[in-house]
Amino acid sequence: MTATMTTTGLGASIVMSVVQLVMIVLGGPIVLGVMAKVRARAEGRIGAPVHQPLRDLRKLLTKEPIHAEHSSAVLAIAPFVLVGTAAVAIAVSPLVTTAPVLAHSADLFVVVFLLLMGSVALALAGLDAGTAFGGMGSSRAMTIGALAEPALLVAILALSVQAGTSNLPKIVAATLAHPSWAAGPERLLAFVAFLIVVLAETGRIPVDNPSTHLELTMVHEAMVLEYAGPELAIVTLGEAMRLGFLLSLAASLFLPWGIATSTNPLNLLIAVVALSAKVVVIAVGVALLEVRTAKLRLFRVPELLTGGFVLAVLSVVTGLVTR
Amino acid sequence: MSGPGYVDALDLAAGAVLVCGVITLWRRDLRATVSALSLQGIALGVVAAVLAAHEHDVGLGVIAGLVLVAKGIVIPALLRRLVGHGPGSREGAASINVSASLVVAAALIVVAFLASGKLTALLPDTATHLTPIGLATVLLGFFLLVTRRKAVSQIVGLLLIDNGVALVAFLLTAGVPLIVELGASLDILLVVVVLRVLASTMHRTLGPFDLDQLRELHD
Repeated sequence: MTATMTTTGLGASIVMSVVQLVMIVLGGPIVLGVMAKVRARAEGRIGAPVHQPLRDLRKLLTKEPIHAEHSSAVLAIAPFVLVGTAAVAIAVSPLVTTAPVLAHSADLFVVVFLLLMGSVALALAGLDAGTAFGGMGSSRAMTIGALAEPALLVAILALSVQAGTSNLPKIVAATLAHPSWAAGPERLLAFVAFLIVVLAETGRIPVDNPSTHLELTMVHEAMVLEYAGPELAIVTLGEAMRLGFLLSLAASLFLPWGIATSTNPLNLLIAVVALSAKVVVIAVGVALLEVRTAKLRLFRVPELLTGGFVLAVLSVVTGLVTR
Repeated sequence: MSGPGYVDALDLAAGAVLVCGVITLWRRDLRATVSALSLQGIALGVVAAVLAAHEHDVGLGVIAGLVLVAKGIVIPALLRRLVGHGPGSREGAASINVSASLVVAAALIVVAFLASGKLTALLPDTATHLTPIGLATVLLGFFLLVTRRKAVSQIVGLLLIDNGVALVAFLLTAGVPLIVELGASLDILLVVVVLRVLASTMHRTLGPFDLDQLRELHD
């Protein structure tokens, strides 16, 4: 592993990180489209084509930018912070390759805190315009985030206990070297915890319903209510990128086969195809789960997230004991 | 069965026992709780079966089958009939909320792992390493008994304790003798049948069995 890392030049690393970035920027909205399509089909509708979210983004980008009265620079900056932090997290994480740019700094804490920074920026933007809904959405999103982030950290920590390092590319490489790890109980527990966190972080159904603007229940939609036009496009893109990133990270950490360990273009192509396939499979699974379940009452959401946290803790404990 | 396959299978089955224990605390729906208990019984049977296959022990294999049928199928089926269909009868009432009890569960599990460190150090092998899971299941069972107010939840707590004890017995001694295990299993089955009959009679004469409303004894 260290050999591949040292032989991979900086230029090649940059190329591969750009490939990851382009994949998630285009793929994130398509994952959203796929999930909407699966839901539509399960409900007996035909549904919009899978690239509909990309079309929506293009439509929004051509509109006139409008800011809420009395809003400050926070409202204008937050979308860029959201997209920027997501982009950095994507560029340094092992999604397509085990040797992305800055691989030595791609620690699990760095990646989780980058995501957290984006969430905080969005919550501040929700508060900025001073509307009732924005504040309510921000407060709810922070409550959920405060429970989800520790669970995410501990779930990835379970993998790093097993691999003996908190560096994400090294965790992926260690899993490749020990295929039997993937079926162990600690991996299964951590995967379930990770999926619960993904549902919470991206505002999917048991936690939040992305397709309604019902004031009693909305969380994420309430925060971005003040956005319109190009800025709404950037916020939506940021959210899609986070969804795509978290699903890709799940695929890479738990089922890393197919990921490129060298700079060979053919390997890279295989890695891109494998990652797309894995993410689509997980996304379809999540979408089917969403169709089957009802949204939880807001006061029951902490129960779900604490459950995820306990599963993650169990995973770490099991990992420590069975070592 | 031997080699890494044995280790993985044992780890997975024992892990399933622990996760099912946590799920009984997680879900409010009593039927889901009973289903988790049923899965735990099956996982316990699988643990015994894996050990039997590893040690080529026919007696243990028979016990594994008995455990699987008794704890995985028969007892949960009896409990399921007890849950009832009336309004409010499906929700388990707890004296502390679910989030708090899950955090306590995590703490209990860590305590179990810390407390049995000395025990596992005596004979370091795959099966002994998993005994903390049995202890954790016992603690979770006690916790369920203390904090839940519905009779069904309390029976589930009792059975959780029994499952934990059985798991420790299987892992440490590769199973107690067949006759002792038979006795213990039949005993538990009898207890559940008696509790079920008792609970039904109570339900018929007194209405729903929320133990907090039981203020005085009648003769």
